Amino acid sequence: MLKKSTRIYLAKFVSYFFLGVGALIMLIPFIWMLSTSLKTIDDVFIVPPLLFGRKIMLSNYLKVSDQFPFFLLLFNTFKISAFVLFGQLLTSSLAGFAFSSLRFRFKNALFLLYLASIMIPYHILLVPTFILMRFLKMLDTHYSLILPALISPFGAFLMRQFFLTIPKELGNAAKIDGCNPFGIYWYVFLPLSKPALTTLAIFTLVSTWNDFLRPLVFINNNLKMTLTLGIYAMQGNFATDWPVLMSVVVLSLLPVMILFLAAQDMFVRGVTLSGMKA
Amino acid sequence: MLRTKTIFYYDSFWALLFLLPSVLGFLIFVLFPIAASLGLSFTKWDLSTKMQWIGIKNFHEIFADRVAVKVFLNTLYFIAITVPLLIIIPLLLAIAMNQKMRGIRFFRAAYFLPVVSSMVAISMVWQWMYNKEFGLINYFLSVLGISGPNWLTSATWAMPAIMITSIWKNIGFNMLLFLAGLQSIPASFYEAADLDGVNWYRRLMSLTIPLLSTTTFFVVVMTVISSFQVFDQVVVITGGGPSRSSSVLVHYIYQNAFLFYRMGYASALGWLLFALIFILSLVQSRFSRTVEFD
Repeated sequence: MLKKSTRIYLAKFVSYFFLGVGALIMLIPFIWMLSTSLKTIDDVFIVPPLLFGRKIMLSNYLKVSDQFPFFLLLFNTFKISAFVLFGQLLTSSLAGFAFSSLRFRFKNALFLLYLASIMIPYHILLVPTFILMRFLKMLDTHYSLILPALISPFGAFLMRQFFLTIPKELGNAAKIDGCNPFGIYWYVFLPLSKPALTTLAIFTLVSTWNDFLRPLVFINNNLKMTLTLGIYAMQGNFATDWPVLMSVVVLSLLPVMILFLAAQDMFVRGVTLSGMKA
Repeated sequence: MLRTKTIFYYDSFWALLFLLPSVLGFLIFVLFPIAASLGLSFTKWDLSTKMQWIGIKNFHEIFADRVAVKVFLNTLYFIAITVPLLIIIPLLLAIAMNQKMRGIRFFRAAYFLPVVSSMVAISMVWQWMYNKEFGLINYFLSVLGISGPNWLTSATWAMPAIMITSIWKNIGFNMLLFLAGLQSIPASFYEAADLDGVNWYRRLMSLTIPLLSTTTFFVVVMTVISSFQVFDQVVVITGGGPSRSSSVLVHYIYQNAFLFYRMGYASALGWLLFALIFILSLVQSRFSRTVEFD
């Protein structure tokens, strides 16, 4: 039997080793992506592969908009994400407040309906939503991506759960001071709900930014696409120009990655809080 | 759980105001589509000609449709390989990470980075890695003396390629769930085991894994549910080919609706997917009630 301190030391050593090897494997695709994006087209087709090309080609990044309107699609994605983010935070927190703090008829029935709808896979909603958008002549417009995403039953659920943890005395005190329910929501509950709002914001941003199925179904026009759809639709245009294609991929991943590295703890808390995937 | 004591008002007027935006959107973009989809699944409709009511024929057709059976089996194949690996690897990583040590933030970030990355963007990278002559994967295999297959054009290897990418993408997510589960186990349990001089293997088998069973079950069900819905990487990396060897259920739903314009049949397939997910969720809620800490 080893001494306890030795065992702890050994456990740490083994852990570091496996975590290190694993982390390297996880990062290889990102390293390969960066490495390829900086190579000349000739250096890409060398066996064995080089980590660094013989020439570092930062100029690949200047070519990202040669094959397709990269910056326009970046702007589209930003715009759609911003509208969806703002809409979901507002409608979810409003609904969450009603479910947590107001009494009204059919409250439990409505809340159950919200909960049940979370279980429905999105693919069931897709066909009727497409037909609806076609009827409203909103296909190929950003409305088709923004409008349905302005509300979220999951968001309302998340906000309700958080609001329930806010002490009732705070609401009552504000009520005695003459606050109406909207004032209590706006001046008391919202300022206290930054953790929940941040969690919801992160989920909404990442899932909107990365969404593929909805843009794929609703958008055809090259100039209306989001980044993910644009990359998919244009992959043929690059033929085998892997360096430029990888530059596009790097730039499209960058915003979410920066957000993640800057707010890692909030991502982690979000996952453990809700068990939901962005 | 639903019976909550509200703070103040019995005021339907305010409730209406607060709920209006959310409920309006819910009716139009959630409830109506659900009802419409259910209705559509009993019809035959190609968007342009007249809609025909055909009863449960769509559901009959699923079982006679060879392609439907094939994509369903492919989906099961995908689940059978990815889910066990997406439990074992993240669990071991979480155990290794669940101790006081430096560099946790770096490791956590490295494993979680794929989770936040766009599946489409990252699939382009994997497509390049799977390249037969110049891809990184076949280079590594050649170092080991193995001549790598032509991953994406081989009916045998296209699906494993999708699986590898999917596992890589989701390891970090499950790892975090396990880590949260591990951190909720009271330290006193381990202190007691230490006093008894229990070795690490028995600690793992008799303490950690049983105490983690609620988390594990939750992770298994969540992983199976999300694996049933695998789509992005299939479309981008292989397009479901060659000869449907890597096509899956949601891919087939998508094709029926938006390539073949078979709205009714696509809806019926969607409800089949829902039925599978619903059963899993029922099992999950049953099981999670029977196991409790303390």
